[in-house]
Amino acid sequence: MLAVLAVAALASGVAIGPASIPWGELLASPIVRELRLPRTLLAFIVGGSLASAGTGLQGLLRNPLADPFLLGLSGGASLGAVLAIALGWGGPWSLPVAAFAGALVAMALVYRLGLVAGGALDPRIMLLAGVAVGAFAAAVTTAIVSLAEATQLRNAFLWLWGGLSGASWQTLGVMALYVPIPVAVLAAAARPLDLLALGEEPARYLGADVERVKRRVYLAASLLTAAAVAVSGVIGFVGLVVPHLGRLVWGHRHRVLLPAAFVGGGTLLTFADTLARTAVAPRELPVGIVTALVGVPVFALLLRRWTAA
Amino acid sequence: MILELREVSFRYPGAPRAALEGVSLGLGPGEFVAVLGPNGSGKTTLVRVALGAVRPMAGSVLVAGRPVHTWTPRALARIVAVVPQREEQAFPLRVRDAVLLGRYPHLSPWARAGQGDYRAAARALAAVDAEDLADRWIDTLSGGEYQRVRLARALAQEPRLLVLDEPTVSLDLRHEMELFERARRLAGVGGPGVLLITHHVNLAARFADRVLVLHRGHSVGQGRPADVLTRERVARVFEWPVAIAPFEGAPQIVPLRTRESSG
Repeated sequence: MLAVLAVAALASGVAIGPASIPWGELLASPIVRELRLPRTLLAFIVGGSLASAGTGLQGLLRNPLADPFLLGLSGGASLGAVLAIALGWGGPWSLPVAAFAGALVAMALVYRLGLVAGGALDPRIMLLAGVAVGAFAAAVTTAIVSLAEATQLRNAFLWLWGGLSGASWQTLGVMALYVPIPVAVLAAAARPLDLLALGEEPARYLGADVERVKRRVYLAASLLTAAAVAVSGVIGFVGLVVPHLGRLVWGHRHRVLLPAAFVGGGTLLTFADTLARTAVAPRELPVGIVTALVGVPVFALLLRRWTAA
Repeated sequence: MILELREVSFRYPGAPRAALEGVSLGLGPGEFVAVLGPNGSGKTTLVRVALGAVRPMAGSVLVAGRPVHTWTPRALARIVAVVPQREEQAFPLRVRDAVLLGRYPHLSPWARAGQGDYRAAARALAAVDAEDLADRWIDTLSGGEYQRVRLARALAQEPRLLVLDEPTVSLDLRHEMELFERARRLAGVGGPGVLLITHHVNLAARFADRVLVLHRGHSVGQGRPADVLTRERVARVFEWPVAIAPFEGAPQIVPLRTRESSG
């Protein structure tokens, strides 16, 4: 079922676009080969990364409402990107690198603040630290944007809402090499994440090396998110809604949930990006707006369900 | 000896007095030992020290003859299983999957659960008469059912020592008795040793081979219930006057009303 949806999403991403291309000529078309195909595949990888990261962080924080951006990563990445734009380094390579660097700084700060006595990571303190780091980064970002010129402002604004228009075979190649590593780390932590849902001490008594699991999950989820933000800006709600839907459909066993979330997240973002490209063609909506327009109502429904139970 | 505590002391950071002070305890295969004491006497700290969750400031803890902190968490979980006093249900599972969590220390990281694991989980569910609960969601169980399932998860670990930390706190009389009877049956020849943490003096006296009485972190008596549970000692430790009488060979206490005791 999910596989069918995923294939449909990928097919629609390749087949549908502002320029109408007959079915028979799809594979021969340079538009498809150079633009739509890498972009569709990148959307899938980015969506999958965000959903995997969200699933891992929910398990780590034992909170179904955690998402990849909760821990200040989007703030750090945004600050890096806006800084690069303001300084005139908004090139196709320098911008992602700046965003990635910003996310890594935020990650390191939150990690450092989350370390308590004895070198243990305290998820509750990480959460507070993430919110604080995010708020600080947002303030600096806004200060920079408010001093920026009009074109810079527009670029920064569009970046902050996410988009995949920068997709190319090169970015796809970098992501295809990078993403499997943290995804594998998360997959290896699937069973310990199930144990962690019982609390840290019970998980330890069942044989989980709790501190190692927390460290690995946090770093893997953060590195996935940082890369996703670097190539596509801040795309909200995929990392929150997809794991949550996955939990409703497949339950909470992370061995099932993590792969399902990757495919589900990829599917959702691929559909969303197709919509973003075509809804107001020839112009483009930031894909973060599409995911938010879909994500907020879904999230509201989930909240109703959650509070009603 | 599966578990051996030698003169163990522990103090929580910033605490005015030690949570444990020079406590020793030995537990052999198939033995049923109860740790008794009022709230705050150091019972749960004893569990945490015994399982290596915290390192004692003095003394040593041996599990299966080796210092507890030299075991990896996985290896330790193959020897000792715990039913903790409290745990969360952040992401509830079906009962069969919850019990299968007990197989974690036996699984290599990438391997799927195999036939042997499913059989061990099924045996564990059968041992607590909970086969009919297998498909239920764990957050829909009653208090008694939930404790049985948690016991099954611990049994699925196939441990040599089973630690039950205040397992009957929220259970009614029948479920409490059932749990004690079950733990008593499990211990014995070929079964795991059982370390039961409780403040139920009477049940401990009837079910345990030996009791250890804790008072403000100190061991104030250890041995057969009939020898250890004297009226003076129980009254002093629980800070309440009691009468005591034997029942089926075990001492049973009756807490007195204050007016009677003041006369």
